[in-house]
Amino acid sequence: MGRKLLLEKAHVEGIRHFDVYRREGGYKAAEKALTTMAPDAVTEEVKKSGLRGRGGAGFPAGMKWSFLAKPEGIPRYLVCNADESEPGTFKDRYLMEFIPHLLIEGLVISSFALGSNRTYIYIRGEYAWIVDILEEAIEEARANNFVGNNILGTGFNCEIYVQRGAGAYICGEETALLESLEGKRGNPRIKPPFPAVKGLWDSPTVVNNVETLAAVVPIINIGGEEYAKIGVGKSTGTKLISACGNINKPGVYEIDMTISVEEFIYSDEYCGGIANGKRLKACIPGGSSVPILPANLLLKTAKGEPRIMNYESLSDGGFATGTMMGSGGFIVLDEDQCIVKNTLTLARFYRHESCGQCSPCREGTGWMEKILKNIEYGKGKKSDIDLLWDIQRKIEGNTICPLGDAAAWPVAAAIRHFRDEFEWHVDHPVECLQRNYGLAGYAEPLAVATA
Amino acid sequence: MMNPFSEAKMKQVDKIIARYPEGKQKAALIPLLNLAQEESGGWLSEPTMDYVAGLLKIEPIEVYEVATFYSMFNLQPVGKYVFEVCQTGPCMIRGSEDIVKHIKKRLGIDVGETSADGLFTLKVVECLGACGYAPMMQLGKYFREHLTPEKVDKIIDECTQKAAQQN
Ligand SMILES: Cc1cc2nc3c(=O)[nH]c(=O)nc-3n(C[C@H](O)[C@H](O)[C@H](O)COP(=O)(O)O)c2cc1C
Ligand code: SF4
Ligand code: FES
Repeated sequence: MGRKLLLEKAHVEGIRHFDVYRREGGYKAAEKALTTMAPDAVTEEVKKSGLRGRGGAGFPAGMKWSFLAKPEGIPRYLVCNADESEPGTFKDRYLMEFIPHLLIEGLVISSFALGSNRTYIYIRGEYAWIVDILEEAIEEARANNFVGNNILGTGFNCEIYVQRGAGAYICGEETALLESLEGKRGNPRIKPPFPAVKGLWDSPTVVNNVETLAAVVPIINIGGEEYAKIGVGKSTGTKLISACGNINKPGVYEIDMTISVEEFIYSDEYCGGIANGKRLKACIPGGSSVPILPANLLLKTAKGEPRIMNYESLSDGGFATGTMMGSGGFIVLDEDQCIVKNTLTLARFYRHESCGQCSPCREGTGWMEKILKNIEYGKGKKSDIDLLWDIQRKIEGNTICPLGDAAAWPVAAAIRHFRDEFEWHVDHPVECLQRNYGLAGYAEPLAVATA
Repeated sequence: MMNPFSEAKMKQVDKIIARYPEGKQKAALIPLLNLAQEESGGWLSEPTMDYVAGLLKIEPIEVYEVATFYSMFNLQPVGKYVFEVCQTGPCMIRGSEDIVKHIKKRLGIDVGETSADGLFTLKVVECLGACGYAPMMQLGKYFREHLTPEKVDKIIDECTQKAAQQN
């Protein structure tokens, strides 16, 4: 059993409420930080912990905090990113639904460290009922002097507000989120300036993911150094993984980042194996935008080493043979799934969610969807596969925000690893409407080059 | 202009506007449109949007710009119950297409249509953050997860009964 820092108490009865959360040791970290530490000392602990942003990019949280500009007389803001819209990802929801006070406590501590007196939680519009849960938790925290004016008699004031979006994946991108929070369309801003200098209403702003901010609580409780001892290398602490697809036990799991992908998929403690006795074909381990891998490259790296559930190991081999940790949205596909069709639904998703500001993304996502549709429905040509490759390459790196890359990568990886399945669709326009390509050779052991 | 807010809701409106610093009340736009839509039968008419513009002292065009950007705002009337079935990868591989098919057959409507009695609208949407509980749909404020055709039938019956009681 791995160590649990976030979800250990998530299923204690009544933990949604202040009294139970407090009885179970909650708000001790807030007390410690606000009454015994200076704001910069809190940031220092977060730095020492090695905590990396859990929203997808994995940027070190402490470093981000230390970049925050602090000009005299200008307010600073902390914004919590609860937009959670990357397909495969549903971990923040779990945390907010079951143990909302952990997030609120994390926000109080982080707001104190950053000097934010108005802190916003931007939550995706569809999570409407979670808004009620969070607002209730905030009111309970206020009644107990952990939110509001003069918190714990320290003179520190902090209001926490929940802002509900209205349906737009792009608002998870931090500058689009800020635009949306200001009451505008969610069009990402050109960077620089970065939010740390010019963010919400042009004030210095830190945007962090829900899980990142919740992790600040155990960091303060056990100390940054202790936290950094969990995990390996630059993958410190614990990570929430939301697992879905063709597995026996879909759900949200907290792992320390030392277990292997194989164990994660097959052990009863986690996914419990592939559903219905089927075999594993492929997996998208970090949310829909990270590269899909066939079973053989997923379980072992190209060097033949077991792949581990952490930032370094998942990306081992680069995009040629590796993938990414991303948001921790772990999507498992069994032998009956069609890679072309799965890629098509993702391409449609990105076309739908493109904000339309940059032509490579606006036009390219539409073209990719159309071509994939043709291939999937037996109307594709061999040259379409090369055309797809060409389009995704022209999007990548040529747009204002990373949604362009996020749309390009799944298509690129699908062609890179499953080209034969695309070709089969083209060569068998009738058969491909009646059956799927199947497992083919995707689970067969790869020849490992020995030095 | 049409005020969609009751007196009680106006208090909530004031509370929302107070969340932002002086002069930044435009930030209340999306929350107010969410509220206005809930209070106006699930969609936003032009007069409703104009009223919200007036409340926030911004131009109507600033409201239209936003209302057309976000997928949760309906700019046309919708049924009393809107079934929003997720169709993205993780839901697709767990059978969301069968759910859509079943709803179409059962209600005799296509995606994007509203049943003749005005009770049901069927929409397909992209990932709602419930991929582990697929297939699923949003119905009003809540998610309905682990859907099967039988479960969908029950939900439809439930809605029909509720609507009958309210009439
Ligand atoms: C298209 C797009 C969507 C994103 N969606 C989310 C999201 O839903 N939640 C999130 O925390 N970060 C999301 N991000 C990453 C944010 O831009 C940002 O890096 C993150 O909120 C920073 O927090 P962290 O450092 O704690 O991870 C998204 C990025 C892009 C480009
Ligand atoms: S890359 Fe796409 S989503 Fe991002 S700003 Fe450009 S058009 Fe908008
Ligand atoms: S794919 Fe349907 S909820 Fe995520």
